This record gives sequence, C-alpha cells and structure tokens, in this order.
Amino acid sequence: MPAGTESFYDVIRRQGISRRNFMRFCSLTAASLGLGPAFVPRIASAMETKPRIPVIWMHGLECTCCSESFIRSAHPLVKDVVLSMISLDYDDTIMAAAGHQAEEILEQVRTTHKGGYILAVEGNPPLKDGGIHCLPGGRPFVDKLTEMAADSMAVVAWGSCASWGCVQAARPNPTQATPVDKVVTGKPVIKVPGCPPIAEVMTGVLTYVLTFDRLPALDRQGRPKMFYSQRIHDKCYRRPHFDAGQFVEQWDDDGARKGFCLYKMGCKGPTTYNACSTVRWNDGVSFPIQSGHGCIGCSEDAFWDNGPFYARLSDINAFPVEGNADTIGGTVAAVAGGAVAAHAAVSIVKRAAEKKDHDTE
Amino acid sequence: MPIHTASTVHADDASADDTPVVRTSIYVYEAPLRAWHWINALALAVLAVTGYFIGSPPPSVPGEASDSFLFGYIRFIHFTTGYVLAIGWLVRIYWAFVGNHHAHQLFVFPFWRRDYWNGVIWEASWYAFMRRDPKKYVGHNPLAHFMMFWLFMFGMFFMIITGFAMYGEAAGIDSWQYALFGWVFDIFPNSQTVHTWHHLGMWGFVIYSILHVYAVVHDDILSRQSMISTMISGERMFKDNRDD
Repeated sequence: MPAGTESFYDVIRRQGISRRNFMRFCSLTAASLGLGPAFVPRIASAMETKPRIPVIWMHGLECTCCSESFIRSAHPLVKDVVLSMISLDYDDTIMAAAGHQAEEILEQVRTTHKGGYILAVEGNPPLKDGGIHCLPGGRPFVDKLTEMAADSMAVVAWGSCASWGCVQAARPNPTQATPVDKVVTGKPVIKVPGCPPIAEVMTGVLTYVLTFDRLPALDRQGRPKMFYSQRIHDKCYRRPHFDAGQFVEQWDDDGARKGFCLYKMGCKGPTTYNACSTVRWNDGVSFPIQSGHGCIGCSEDAFWDNGPFYARLSDINAFPVEGNADTIGGTVAAVAGGAVAAHAAVSIVKRAAEKKDHDTE
Repeated sequence: MPIHTASTVHADDASADDTPVVRTSIYVYEAPLRAWHWINALALAVLAVTGYFIGSPPPSVPGEASDSFLFGYIRFIHFTTGYVLAIGWLVRIYWAFVGNHHAHQLFVFPFWRRDYWNGVIWEASWYAFMRRDPKKYVGHNPLAHFMMFWLFMFGMFFMIITGFAMYGEAAGIDSWQYALFGWVFDIFPNSQTVHTWHHLGMWGFVIYSILHVYAVVHDDILSRQSMISTMISGERMFKDNRDD
C-alpha cells in the first residue's frame, strides 16, 4: 500500500499544525539536544522524508485480549500510535477492509516494504495436522506467519500465546500450539508476554522501535529488558508484609482486610517477570495484587500448567501421581523411613537368632 | 575388681569369653574432609528447615509490618547457610585434588569396572539378609559409593546451582549470581518450576539423610569395620583380619 509510506511531516500537517510551527519544533528539538542551527534543516528533512513504519498485525490461536489491552493504552494514547506513529496496514480484527481486499494488503506490504515492516503476531500457530486447527482467510496460520515473517524487519510476539503458547498449549496441547519463536527463524523476535500484556508495555515497545530505529535490549528469554527485568515481587507495594511474615491466610481474614502479602494464597509475584507492580493497569489505576488477588503469573512460560493458582507450592506433572513437592517428597521420605525401621527390626531379630545359635553350639 | 588403667591393661586380661583380636586401623579421612562433613551436615539441616518454611511460611505475624522481619530472617538464614554450603563444596572439590586418594572417591564413578558392580551386588545381597558377612572396604563400600555419587554428589550440584539461580533473580539480572547461573532459566523458563524442583531436591536430601544415618549406624554395629568414629577421628578400624 504506497499510501502507507506517509511521513511524520504529513501526519503533523494533517493534524492541523502549520509549517511555521513545524519548523519551530525542529529548532527547539535541535536546541534541546545541544545541536547547532545547522541541524535544524536535517531534523526537518528527516521528519519530512522518514516514512512511518508499516505494521502488520496478525491473529492466530488467541482470544484477542492483547488487542483489547492495546486499545486501552493511555501513554501514549492508542489513537496516536495507530493514526500517527505507525502505519497499521493490516489488522484483520479492527481494519475496515474484509475478505479478498484485506488479504491482498498482506501481499502488497510484503512486496513493497520487503524487510521494512514489523510483523506483530497475536496468538500462535497450531502445528498439528498441517496447521488446520487455525485457518484465517482459508489458509493455515503457520504458512501465513512464516511467509510474512520471512520478509519482515522484526517480529513482535504479543502476549503469552505468541511468546509461550498459553492455555491452548496446556497439557496435553491437543493442537500442538507452538510459540512464534519456535516457528519463525532468522528474524529477531521480541516477546511481550502477558495475558494480556500491559497496554503501555505494548505501545512502549513499539514507540521505542520507532523513536530509536532499533530493537530494544532483550533478556535471555527474548523479552524487552526495560519492562521484564524485574519480578512483580521486587516492586510490590505489599513486599514489607512479606518480609515481616504477614500473610493472608484466608480470603476473608483480618490479613486480607489489612492488605497483607498474598504469598500463602498462591501469589506468583515472586516468580513472575512483568511491570504490573510499577506501570499497573488502565492508566495506572490498579493491578491484581492491589485489588486483593494474587498474581497468577500470566506472563510466565507454562503458568497454565503450574497450578493451583491459590497455593504456594505448584503441582508436579512430571510424575504419574498428583501432588506438590511436599506431598510427593514427604510420601517417599515416609516410605524410606518405614523401610529403614523394618530393616532395623529384621537386623535385630536376625542378630539375636544368630547369637542364640552361637550360644547353643 | 581392680581399676584398669592403660598401663595395666594387657591382652592377658581378656577372659575366656572375650575374643581378642589385633585390629588394623587405616587413616582414611583427613581433618579438612571431616570438618567439611560435619559443617555440611549442619548446613543441610538448617537449609532443609528454613527451606521448608520458605515454601510453607509460619503463621502470620500480627502488628505493624515495620515491627517484624520474621520471613526476612528465615530467608536470610537460608541464603547465608547456602553460601556456607556452596563455599564448603568448593573447598571439598579442591580437596578432591589435593587430599589423599580417598578424597576423590565421591566424584569418580567406576562405571566400567566389573569388580565394582560385583561389589554392589555383594553389598546389596548383604543388606537383603542373603549373606552373613559383607566385605571390608577402606573407603565407601560399592553400594554407598553408588548413593554418594548419584544422589549426594549430583544433588549437591543441583541444589547449589538452582539455589544461586533463584538468588540471582532477587540480586538482579546484572548480578554475578545471575551471570553465572542464569542459564538455569534457559532450561526452566518459568522460575516457579525451578522453585518446585529445588523444593523436591530438599526432600531428596531428607531421604538421603534417613538412609545415610541408618546405614552408618547399621554398618557400625554389623559390618566388619568402623563407621561413625571414622568420620570423627579419621581412622577406619577393621574388626577382623580375615582376608575375605
């Protein structure tokens, strides 16, 4: 879509800002960056010529909670992101075009912006049976995904579906739902996990790429360090209660009313990397722990198989029996203790019998 | 009955009921190794108790949060003891190189030696009451060697590595703990899984301790060599001089 190469200048003019004001903005920007007057025309030139980055937003196996979250972004407002910062050329959930018209856009962007567009993926491809368990536009999603990823600049994996697999990948994962980075190879994949991710984290990642023209620094899991380098627990406002040993024991107890730590109620804050306790949700109004419910760890790999949500110790699925570390370990320890006691008893009896034989000889 | 002192005790004093034997004694466990054993045993006990409480905290403390630091202290003791255990383990590994030839038995498994496996079967059948006498060993007996290598040695590495990886999470991703042990999260991307397996490892050591303590008491009484005193004095004493 050639119209997608609209520059920032075009957008600024479209929003009713005069050329004079635009030049004043460039002068001020140069001054504030400590640059000389010679840079003013260069900044103006960059703003006039630099195209907005085209973004293709695809949906695989998912619930659209990422989109729901995204449209609630407050800083920056999502209208500014969609209408001014990026050129959202394709998003089958919210775009006006439909059917063949919509599908044509994918092919157009892929050829006209080869290697220059960002592929944002919400949801993941199921690989079982040739990918027939997800057929947007009549083709297996896995085929469309790998095709579009091959010519992209970078891939953004929105949410826990694209990053880790999420609930559709829960044991026994009947459709073989597979995270995006296991399918897309040869392109950088930015994981933005969460179910959904925080709106400001989503727009923040895009803003970073647009502003600095490079991908944010990623941690060893492929998540942007700026939002995922600390656990919920590290910045939780209830942390002092954790250190003091003050826990909610039951949902309706005194500790719950006083806002004690939800650790015993299964809060996964200590093992969850996300920005909820700092950025919070809905323009910073609240986040799960603040509303009195523990974190379920929705931005972590396999959180769906690390239940129960309301117990500190997770169930272990690796063994044929059910139970957490204490029930399994305690049972085996009891068996070992019983075996030792039985062995000791037999040893004593046998020794006594031998002695008796020895004495009677 | 006269009181016997060392200078007045002679082999002649043995009555007809006693069976006088000349007992061979071999110096097996050197002082640093014995010190490590007991420090390690104590550290494991403290780690298991505090670790259990970290998984299942004690009842909630009333009052203001600023007045108590109970859970903070429990975790502090756990982490500090973890350092004691880890540093002790490094010293123990160093001693495997510079100590006597028994010092590296813990780290070496004679997988390809037929006589070793025959020894395992011999000891196992003795424990199963199918034989009257075990064989004599200066170091670990083959069955003990099996447990030490596969359960204790790998258990120690597993607990230290996963422990420091989780410590690195709190210390931050720019900490040396995370730099050295952060690769654990490439294997288990979700830290909760690491917590679960570390907790299961604690039970592994509880089970190991039950078997270990029972085996040394059992062998001290019933085998042909000393066990408990050996880890105190370092001397392995044999109760008979038969060649097997």
